[in-house]
Amino acid sequence: MNAAASLRRIGLPRLVVHLSVLLICIIWLIPTLGILVTSFRDPAQITSSGWWTAFTSASQTTASRLADPSAARQEGSNYVISGSVFEEGQGGTVRAFGTRVAAPAEFEAGQPADLGDGETLTVNGDGSYTYTKNGPFEGERGRRVYLQVATPPTFTTQNYNTVLTSQGIGQAFVNSLTVAIPSTIIPILIAAFAAYALSWMEFPGRALIIAMVVGLIVVPLQMSLIPLLRMYNEIGAFFGVPSRSYAGIWLAHSAFGMPLAIYLLRNYIAGLPKEIIESARVDGASDFEIFVKIILPLSFPALASFSIFQFLWTWNDLLVAMVFLGTNREQLVLTGALNALLGSMGGRWEILTASAFISILVPLLVFFGLQRYLVRGLLAGSVKGG
Amino acid sequence: MISQIVSAVGVVIAGVFACALYYWLSDKLLQIVFPVPKENVRAASINLNRRAVVRPWLFMGPALILLGVYLVYPVVATFILSFYDRGGVNFVGLANYRWAIFDGQFRQSIFNNILWLAVVPAACTFFGLVIAVLTDRIWWGNIAKSLVFMPMAISFVGASVIWKFVYEYRGGNETQIGLLNAIVQSFGGDPQVWISMPFWNNFFLMVILIWIQTGFAMVILSAALRGIPEETIEAAVIDGANGWQIFWKIMVPQIWGTIAVVWTTITILVLKVFDIVLTMTNGQWSTMVLANLMFDWMFRGGGDSGRSAVIALVIMAAVTPIMIWNIRQANKEMGGH
Repeated sequence: MNAAASLRRIGLPRLVVHLSVLLICIIWLIPTLGILVTSFRDPAQITSSGWWTAFTSASQTTASRLADPSAARQEGSNYVISGSVFEEGQGGTVRAFGTRVAAPAEFEAGQPADLGDGETLTVNGDGSYTYTKNGPFEGERGRRVYLQVATPPTFTTQNYNTVLTSQGIGQAFVNSLTVAIPSTIIPILIAAFAAYALSWMEFPGRALIIAMVVGLIVVPLQMSLIPLLRMYNEIGAFFGVPSRSYAGIWLAHSAFGMPLAIYLLRNYIAGLPKEIIESARVDGASDFEIFVKIILPLSFPALASFSIFQFLWTWNDLLVAMVFLGTNREQLVLTGALNALLGSMGGRWEILTASAFISILVPLLVFFGLQRYLVRGLLAGSVKGG
Repeated sequence: MISQIVSAVGVVIAGVFACALYYWLSDKLLQIVFPVPKENVRAASINLNRRAVVRPWLFMGPALILLGVYLVYPVVATFILSFYDRGGVNFVGLANYRWAIFDGQFRQSIFNNILWLAVVPAACTFFGLVIAVLTDRIWWGNIAKSLVFMPMAISFVGASVIWKFVYEYRGGNETQIGLLNAIVQSFGGDPQVWISMPFWNNFFLMVILIWIQTGFAMVILSAALRGIPEETIEAAVIDGANGWQIFWKIMVPQIWGTIAVVWTTITILVLKVFDIVLTMTNGQWSTMVLANLMFDWMFRGGGDSGRSAVIALVIMAAVTPIMIWNIRQANKEMGGH
């Protein structure tokens, strides 16, 4: 029995716990759900109703005009005007109707409404109406009616088509992959070799280097930006190459991830059983062979944890990409593209939500697929602040 | 597009291959430079020692170069640049520091950063702890944890879009499509432009970071809670303690160390907060924070590396105590090795 289980015996009533956790889950999930739902909605519906109404029919109050009195037919002693309140191509279901703007939903659809003066109006759900009077209709124009129309929820993938093709999100997606994949893989090997040296080799200054690595984990990126930007510009000018390139950002990301990588991997590799490594040494294996044949396969969990961290960090990064890759449209990563869209497309929520969802899709897949390794990595290296 | 992906994958393969080649060659080179002759035991042992002296540095070489160029050198260079003018050419002494002290926007940023530091780490740790305790007690706790943890995977920019939509305000008589304003309206309140309300808008931005980081706090604290020895709680139960007392007097004191780690980790993150402010307000309506001000000065009017460096150093100074504490902790832990 664990600590939590013993608390359970005496703690708060179970139901309260269940309900509070449920409430927390809802609060945490709802903002993301909002953009997911919105990204599939029709742009016109997004602006006319909240996303939480997307699954119920959207109810709108509209006005319409019945046909002119001249269209009336005489049926016995009654005069009748009939037709449809909907214009050509307009659809939906009439829920209620009324004749005064103050009470646009006074009468239920399908039920005859007594309007006084011997007039009766029936508007059916499909929009067809019958307007009857026990004498001839007067006036020039048709009577105004107010309708409460329910339009069925419509969902579309059009928003995704739009952002992927014409808003540059497709290109940005490829750019993000171009940045994130090498920036994730390259540092692993470099860090693993360093971690091995720091765990299983004795040399003067080892403790100092470990202390330096631990210290560098928390050094803010901001400290590096100015000198590196100057350095990149100088190198670019000297060799006549663009100062903002993928090669530049790969190296920058690799270096910025290096302290945490070394720290995580060192903790893990130092904890591997001593006997395995020593018996391999006795058998005459070189350090290189020990590393490749024993250390790398055994440290798979730590390598996986770090690569997930590094991938999420490079994929989600905005600052490093803005400084080292620039804000040119061709080289914009997803986060940069999203930031640009927030500036230029503010209020166009169909574009913003679809773009945002594309940008968080890959990290979410990684997250739900590899959560176990992510948690393990967090527990092993919770000294870096993202 | 496809060719870009192919070239990225090519870089990965070439990079991994180049790294492997470097380590393999350096190992071979070591064997050639310091041979171990079988007939001469003395020479062999000398060379074996020499190899052992050089090898660690070969193994660590690439990592140390990256750390040196991208982290150690810049820290020194930023410090030096803070005493130079905007182009980094002329020495200006303490002029940039003097500017910072009297600059309204800088003071505003310091104030906002302190506000963030006061609220976000505390809120994340508190919610994380509460959720960890609650979810440990129910059968579907892991699903709940996953959901609270999920925002960790979302970028700050993505999270900003998500929350900007929650805070969306629409003027006139238009339907409020932002969740917050719709809720306010349903309780009879008036819709507000949340992100441009001075002072309070800071808290609306903080909510985003709290939403993201609570999951982190929860995961770490939950693991710590599970590590509490059973006997201490059993003993408290026998002594007649109630759930509330057990939580505050038995459980929390035993995980102080972990709480400190969570708190400091989030503190560092808060000091560097940049993306959220950039995308939500870009520092307008008095929401500027240090990282954004620093970025602003890096490029404003062609860039001012001196002022920018001063702001970066303030962030660095704030991080330094935590850095020292971390190094001490790590040294203590490594005492055994």
